[in-house]
Amino acid sequence: MRESFQNWLPRLVLAPSFLLILVFVYGFIAYTGYLSMTNSKMLPSYDWVGLANYEKLFRLRHWNTAMKNLAIFGALYIIVSSLLGLLLAILLDQKIRAEGVIRPIYLYPMALSFIVTGTAWKWFLDPGIGLENVMHQWGWESFSFTWIKDRNMAIYTVVIAAVWQSSGFVMAMFLAGLRGVDNEIIKAAQIDGATGFRIYRKIIIPMMRPVFLSAFVVLAHLAIKAYDLVVALTGGGPGRATELPATFMYSYTFTRNQMGVGAASAIIMLMMIFSIIVPYIYSELKSGENR
Amino acid sequence: MSINCKFKMTASAIVLAASAGMASAGSVEVLHWWTSGGEAAALNVLKDDLASKGVDWQDMPVAGGGGEAAMTALRARVTAGNAPTAVQMLGFDIRDWAAEGALANLDDVASEEGWDAVVPEALKAFSKYDGHWVAAPVNVHSTNWVWISKKALDDAGGAVPTNWDELVAVLDKMKENGITPLAHGGQAWQDATIFDAVVLSMGNDFYKASMIDLDEDALGGDQMVEVFNRMAKLRSYVDDNFSGRDWNLASAMVINGEAGMQMMGDWAKGEFLKADQVPGEDFVCIRFPGTQGSVTFNSDQFAMFKVNDPAAQEAQKLMASAVMNPTFQSAFNVVKGSVPARTDVPDTDFDACGKKGMKDLAEANASGSLFGSMAHGHAVPASIKNAMYDVVTAHFNGEYDAQTAAAELVAAVADAK
Repeated sequence: MRESFQNWLPRLVLAPSFLLILVFVYGFIAYTGYLSMTNSKMLPSYDWVGLANYEKLFRLRHWNTAMKNLAIFGALYIIVSSLLGLLLAILLDQKIRAEGVIRPIYLYPMALSFIVTGTAWKWFLDPGIGLENVMHQWGWESFSFTWIKDRNMAIYTVVIAAVWQSSGFVMAMFLAGLRGVDNEIIKAAQIDGATGFRIYRKIIIPMMRPVFLSAFVVLAHLAIKAYDLVVALTGGGPGRATELPATFMYSYTFTRNQMGVGAASAIIMLMMIFSIIVPYIYSELKSGENR
Repeated sequence: MSINCKFKMTASAIVLAASAGMASAGSVEVLHWWTSGGEAAALNVLKDDLASKGVDWQDMPVAGGGGEAAMTALRARVTAGNAPTAVQMLGFDIRDWAAEGALANLDDVASEEGWDAVVPEALKAFSKYDGHWVAAPVNVHSTNWVWISKKALDDAGGAVPTNWDELVAVLDKMKENGITPLAHGGQAWQDATIFDAVVLSMGNDFYKASMIDLDEDALGGDQMVEVFNRMAKLRSYVDDNFSGRDWNLASAMVINGEAGMQMMGDWAKGEFLKADQVPGEDFVCIRFPGTQGSVTFNSDQFAMFKVNDPAAQEAQKLMASAVMNPTFQSAFNVVKGSVPARTDVPDTDFDACGKKGMKDLAEANASGSLFGSMAHGHAVPASIKNAMYDVVTAHFNGEYDAQTAAAELVAAVADAK
């Protein structure tokens, strides 16, 4: 009796949250999937139209812009954040003084919300009040930095702000990885006469593989769901030059009364995230079995 | 025990809240986005009026300029089966909700008070659905205004431009004088507001064919190419730092002399008045050159949702009647900067620009040249409006040339239908 109760207790305790997640996460994913196949406009409707919304979605220039921007933003954001994070971690790992002060300084941007980051960078990059204006006041009249107002360059300002926000966090991940490296290995390499640079390139960085993977998964899903940063930084502008899939999804679902198309774009975003997360979970499970 | 107790308390709190909601019979719950100082003050006129009739006002403000957030909140409330009694709404939103069958019928009050005779035809296209009144219009904003700094105009020769060529001449002169000729904020709806006026300046028939009837020949034709050429010309008078700027900051540029003029709806007047500027002395209000006699409008209305409680229905009618009261219409619109939604309100309390606005509206109504504004959701449904925004703003930011833009406009509209 007592034993069976102990068996049941964990399930009993987990049941409410399991149920809530089942309904409010997976239930609504299914609902969105269903809506994407209906002709929903302002309110959900249940008239089946098959894949018409998806066909329409991929015909829209607006969506193509959003996907192109996601490719630029995602690639640069992940690569630059990882490299910068790794570099900062390696520099911090040189047993320097006051590491305890410096580390949180780099980590703090992560504590800000993207809205704050976006607004701060919007002001900083604005040619009229920000960096350019200050440089002009200091006498460097020819200085010009108008990326945020330039429809071809504006997406890169989103990258800059996002990298500023996240590279400290990536640094912390790498720092934890570096601290986990066995000192014996490094000593052995030093005895063999390897230089510091060689040790990092040939031994330590290759050992960081799992950290790269974790960083990639964290950064990739942040990139795909990026919404608040764009809204605060550029509002999707100039024109529609910095729209991302998430801002597209919101505007089609809620302001353009094309809920069906909006739901279709949400499902595409979900599929993108799945394509990153599922292999990761799979590899995690496999390595778990090996252990 | 304690969990159980808490649960009971929560449950009783819910019951209490629910019964409180029911007990306030004869009350109206009003969803609106008039939260800024002047607007809130204007709305208080209505609140006090209703309070004197024993109607209890439950405020549900959802801030955010164009009401986007409010409409999202509304959708959630209606989907949950708990619609507010009255909702501030614009243009096609009213028609969409009426088409869902969600709006109450106001025919009783309307016929009793003779709304049909005093509300302009073009407004009725939104206040009435299927021949039944579903909303009470509060105001008419007209969008084809140009606000010119008097000093900048005098420096540029002093003559008010009345057609496109004169406008270009004035803008050129302002540029020579070293100010930004055109104050503008690079947001899609602001680009579209200018676009509206430029289309209208090509003639009433063209505006109706392209923006309301969505005639493909008009949307992609030579006249539309010329419209986009003019948009590009206007873009050349805007400073380079314009993108993302809010409209009131653009107004401020005109007020403090940095810029010559702004093309914006009549809500911009409020900014000038707040800065103690006097119409005619410090700033000049004209219709967009070439559109005198025609008006593009948007109109805030209170749509009434269907409710079952008879007391609440009574309160709705009282509110609708209060909204249409000429005294309220005058008091509210003097503060708001717009003009009354009925044509029989005396213009005594309005300033020079307000008087001109009322006169223009009455004229346009009489001559059939009063049109819903595309940029403000009174010409086409939201999906098509936004599709047009995409093209207009892309062209204004230099992504398309005029020919491509006209072709894209046809394609975008076809896709959004």
